[in-house]
Amino acid sequence: MIALGLEGSANKLGIGLIRHDMSTTPPTVTILSNVRHTYHPPPGEGFLPKDTAQHHRAHILELIRNALDEAKITPKDISVICFTKGPGMGGPLTSVATVARTLALMWNKELVGVNHCVGHIEMGRQITGAQNPVVLYVSGGNTQVIAYAEKRYRIFGEALDIAVGNCLDRFARVLNLPNDPAPGYNIEQLAKKGTKLIDLPYTVKGMDVSFSGVLSYIEANAKAWLASGEYTAADMCFSLQETVFAMLVETTERAMAHIGSREVLIVGGVGCNMRLQEMMGQMAEQREGGMVYATDERFCIDNGIMIAQAGMLAYQTGYTTPLDKTWCTQRFRTDEVFAAWRE
Amino acid sequence: MIPDVQLIKQGAEARVYLGPFCQRQAIIKERFAKAYRHPTLDKKLTSRRVIQEARCLYRCQKALIDTPTVYLVDLDQSVIYMEYIPGISVRDYLVTEPGQEAEAQHRVAVAIGKALGAMHNIDVIHGDLTTSNLLMRETSGAVVLIDFGLSYVSQLIEDKAVDLYVLERAFVSTHPNTEVMFAQILEAYGESSKASKQILKKLEDVRLRGRKRSMLG
Ligand SMILES: Nc1ncnc2c1ncn2[C@@H]1O[C@H](COP(=O)(O)OP(=O)(O)OP(=O)(O)O)[C@@H](O)[C@H]1O
Ligand SMILES: [Mg+2]
Repeated sequence: MIALGLEGSANKLGIGLIRHDMSTTPPTVTILSNVRHTYHPPPGEGFLPKDTAQHHRAHILELIRNALDEAKITPKDISVICFTKGPGMGGPLTSVATVARTLALMWNKELVGVNHCVGHIEMGRQITGAQNPVVLYVSGGNTQVIAYAEKRYRIFGEALDIAVGNCLDRFARVLNLPNDPAPGYNIEQLAKKGTKLIDLPYTVKGMDVSFSGVLSYIEANAKAWLASGEYTAADMCFSLQETVFAMLVETTERAMAHIGSREVLIVGGVGCNMRLQEMMGQMAEQREGGMVYATDERFCIDNGIMIAQAGMLAYQTGYTTPLDKTWCTQRFRTDEVFAAWRE
Repeated sequence: MIPDVQLIKQGAEARVYLGPFCQRQAIIKERFAKAYRHPTLDKKLTSRRVIQEARCLYRCQKALIDTPTVYLVDLDQSVIYMEYIPGISVRDYLVTEPGQEAEAQHRVAVAIGKALGAMHNIDVIHGDLTTSNLLMRETSGAVVLIDFGLSYVSQLIEDKAVDLYVLERAFVSTHPNTEVMFAQILEAYGESSKASKQILKKLEDVRLRGRKRSMLG
């Protein structure tokens, strides 16, 4: 069985094709293609829904063609078309869902609407082989500490205000760092040159975190620090990362201790930050049997394959999304999904 | 560290040992250095939390709220010696003994609600309310509040409401199908605390904020 996955909930447009060979148990999973095109607004600006949707509309057909060519298959080989139902930005989501619907009608295929967050989790589990980890899901729009129980991915902790990726991106804009390849990536590179740790607000409430305090503090002082030479831009990136990542690792560890779990899986775009992965590894080393799983940029950053993978798992349990239910939703909590495919 | 101690748990931040202290069994809670944290940040957080924990435990003790008695605080080593509470956590009670009688669960819920009400009454915000941080005494079944590392003193209704919200979320995620029990906790809380009506009203706002939070992928 082959699934086509279409993702465009934010500024990344991703198309993926995945094969599940059902003649083995468990099925043998092969990634046939995983292509992506990213919308980069100019430095100092964030991506707006209208421009992002326009970007997706402009590139999606060419990208689907590339994915099919790379996989060396034709539409008739596809069993199911999976698309992101939410959460995300309305315009971009809808622009991609429209294409999913059209293809399904043209090629006479079933549709499966996928929760973006569940897509990240299932892709991470597939790539790393983590069985039942605590999941830290960190991206531009989400910050959640998740664990599976009784057919649902349950949210143990989350950001009470803005997402960690949003916090990093907004600070990158203050420093006027380029949005290419990603603002967070550029912060990570600059942080390597930082030496001084600035005393920043650190806000943890049980398994929840809050980033607006640290962001507004560093935003308010950045200009003065640069002017006086007290701290460099690199020091600020370094300090911001050290502080917010410590908050994330701490709450993840708290969830592990509370649930009694030894494995952590990091997913989402911020999850490809090597410093975050390193810190998580150091935390796990200090816990008996602790283990960290993470993936690289291909699977961490939003992509079409993860939507194909999660959609395929649901499809194999007999789940499809009827045409009149293929609308998109900007808010779609991870724990709303009934994970029928999980034990 | 100290001889004759036995590690009983490694929590989020601390190693918790059982060992002798002045001829009795005591809990020895040691906050060890976290390799993942920048040393400066680590020292700041650790010493702040040892102090906060000892302070808030003492504040509760004075108000006769059931919490472990603090025996000794060793700031240099970041260790607190405190009373050992024989029993199990509410988490283990709910996870390992499913299908308890509704009446037994109700008693536990009322005890939790009262304890939280009393704690908020003296303006202690726990900061990390989960079912792991609520113990049940083996002897009496009384509910004991522990783990005050993230606690602080505040009169703000908002802070108290968020404290309850943190517990609610921990309840919902850790113990599916315990909505009834949580409602009983809030009911008991509402009856035992002075400003509780206002706090419960605020809790509704906090919940709504949670649901409205935008979740862009
Ligand atoms: N006074 C006590 N009596 C009996 N058992 C205790 C006591 N204090 C702690 N414990 C046990 O040890 C576990 C961990 O302790 P505690 O919650 O204080 O540490 P922690 O979770 O590491 O702290 P923090 O969240 O501040 O990092 C508790 O869940 C409980 O099982
Ligand atoms: Mg604890």
